[in-house]
Amino acid sequence: MKRSSLRRSAIVSTIAITALAVMTACGTTGGGGSTRAPEQQKLGAMEGTVSILAWPGYVENGSNDPTVNWIGPFEKATGCTVNSKTFGTSDEAVTLMKTGDYDVISASGDASLRLIAGGDVAPVNTALLKNYAGIYDFLKLQKWNSVEGQSYGVPHGYGANLLMYNTTVFPTAPTSWSVVFDKSSPYAGKVTAYDSPIYIADAAVYLMAHKPELGIKNPYALDDKQLAAAVDLLKAQRTNIGEYWSDYLKSVQSFQTGNSVVGTTWQVIKNSVATGTPVDVTVPEEGATGWSDTWMIASHAKSPNCAYAWLDYITSPKANGEATAYFGEAPATQAACDFRTDCDAYHAGDKAYASKIWYWTTPIAKCVDGRTNVKCTDYSAWTTAWQQIKG
Amino acid sequence: MTRDAPAPPTDRAAVSSPRATAPRQLSVFLSKRPRLRLSLLLAAPLFWLGLVYVAALAALLITALWTVDSFTGQISQSWTLDNIITVVTGSLYQVVTVRTIGVALLVTLIDILVALPIAFFMAKVASTRMQRVLVIAVLMPLWASYLVKAYAWRSVLSQGGIVEWIAKPFGLESPGYGLPATIITLAYLWLPYVILPIYAGLERVPDSLLEASSDLGAKTWRTLGSIVLPMLWPAIIAGSIFSFSLSMGDYITVNIVGGASQLLGNLVYSNVGAANNLPLAAAIALIPIAIMFVYLAVVRRTGALDNL
Repeated sequence: MKRSSLRRSAIVSTIAITALAVMTACGTTGGGGSTRAPEQQKLGAMEGTVSILAWPGYVENGSNDPTVNWIGPFEKATGCTVNSKTFGTSDEAVTLMKTGDYDVISASGDASLRLIAGGDVAPVNTALLKNYAGIYDFLKLQKWNSVEGQSYGVPHGYGANLLMYNTTVFPTAPTSWSVVFDKSSPYAGKVTAYDSPIYIADAAVYLMAHKPELGIKNPYALDDKQLAAAVDLLKAQRTNIGEYWSDYLKSVQSFQTGNSVVGTTWQVIKNSVATGTPVDVTVPEEGATGWSDTWMIASHAKSPNCAYAWLDYITSPKANGEATAYFGEAPATQAACDFRTDCDAYHAGDKAYASKIWYWTTPIAKCVDGRTNVKCTDYSAWTTAWQQIKG
Repeated sequence: MTRDAPAPPTDRAAVSSPRATAPRQLSVFLSKRPRLRLSLLLAAPLFWLGLVYVAALAALLITALWTVDSFTGQISQSWTLDNIITVVTGSLYQVVTVRTIGVALLVTLIDILVALPIAFFMAKVASTRMQRVLVIAVLMPLWASYLVKAYAWRSVLSQGGIVEWIAKPFGLESPGYGLPATIITLAYLWLPYVILPIYAGLERVPDSLLEASSDLGAKTWRTLGSIVLPMLWPAIIAGSIFSFSLSMGDYITVNIVGGASQLLGNLVYSNVGAANNLPLAAAIALIPIAIMFVYLAVVRRTGALDNL
């Protein structure tokens, strides 16, 4: 008995010492400061490899579908072997980029600003990219790919978060997002919504049109009161939600079975539902949120020249056309439409359509709509709010 | 036998003394030092145990005491109890914790209720041949991927799915996606982990005791209640530890069939994946650990762990 208690105390003290050692080893230091890398002035020799972090479907080398391959020509032309990794959410992208293992990233607007602020990506000298000139002007030097007039990347493509509806339930297309918000109760249990804090912006877009007294000018610049209003709207919506989706295949399936009849969606989901499924998509009159993706270069890239070569290549008409067509979004250049047939479906280059889209932007404390008299809610506040909405 | 005949070689001389190779020397060295032998034998597993359990838990605890810069996502390594306080006092975390415990308890209860008769049949009624077939049948679902099974339930429970097709003639409806679907799916997923310990426990109950009970005039229920159940209790507890702890940590099933509901696992996942807030996620992850400690302590008090 005594022996066993002796042994037990030995084990306990071993654990305590180990824990203590681990704790001292970790220590405590302040948060690391970020340094701004200088813009590259001229191109050098290719390094031979480039590692790319991208959304699924952006970097295809024929391994998923032998006919879909725009990596092979790039490797042949530049001699840069591509290593790629995909991510599922913008947040995962930011986390992975922090490892410093990647040269290039395809960042959506809700990741790009965070990467810039974290010092993870470098300014991009667009003068070194010959295909930059062909890119739609309304995509250049936007809030989500530049800071104070300094470009931090090149646009890849863009798309809108659409309203998908079951045509049996809605014989005429709904014209307003109200069918998923305050008039959603007839479809209780069959409403779906995107499962991310960034979806709060969709509620804000709706409130911009229907509650002008809140004074929302930009759905990504919400002060405390405005965020509270959006949260209330989403909490009311929560009671009618059948399920939230972040995996697009899950959304495809629930619209096919009829478990969801109305909710936010992407064009690629509409393209993926089985033919004969009674669904259609629309952009309601309030406008919509959307994404505009940017290729960015890591601030400590091991292969900056191959990275520049990739940025130039992926915005070339053929590669950009193939990549954006495969994913299901509008390309960044008009010339890309020569290499795909479905540009019209995505309203490529339609400036009026593009202006209806509020592209994903990371909400930050310094209001992105230019207000200086209030502090806006940042992304972590949105994350907390989103968890409370889901309950 | 003549005098000058050479003496027959003795056994001792027949076997030349073994060459002193390095392994042999080592084994001679070790044979004299049982403590060293034991410590060498246990070094690898103990190192692994220390690394996996102690270091991982310590890292979790430490991370929970840090904070994260919400915008750049960089972890600031200064000590603070904010995360723990948020998790303990936040109404969101309390509600989700209660929901998660409820789901885990229901899953455990359902699994035990389903597993008991199956395990009893396997251990006491079925022929040896049948027994083998049944063990394989119980293990079979473990051969398929967890994800495939969860998605299979998604289509089974969907609108126009099998459940609805069966239930419709009786005027019932499919539960759809939500907490009931989550409980059904989890109960299905963890069933083998509950059946096997109970089956093993029942195997140890001697048939002679059942016969004796019956000879003394006890009816079926009396025998089950007074003989089988007390002997089976540790096995049931062992099974319940599996299903309870696995349910406490699950987030994939609820994501697939849970509709709009979230459990503790989802909060951890969304704080790591979406919010990039590892410290808060670590603080939330301490909740199931604390609950499991309480659960094991309660189980220990019942004495069920003594004969495991």
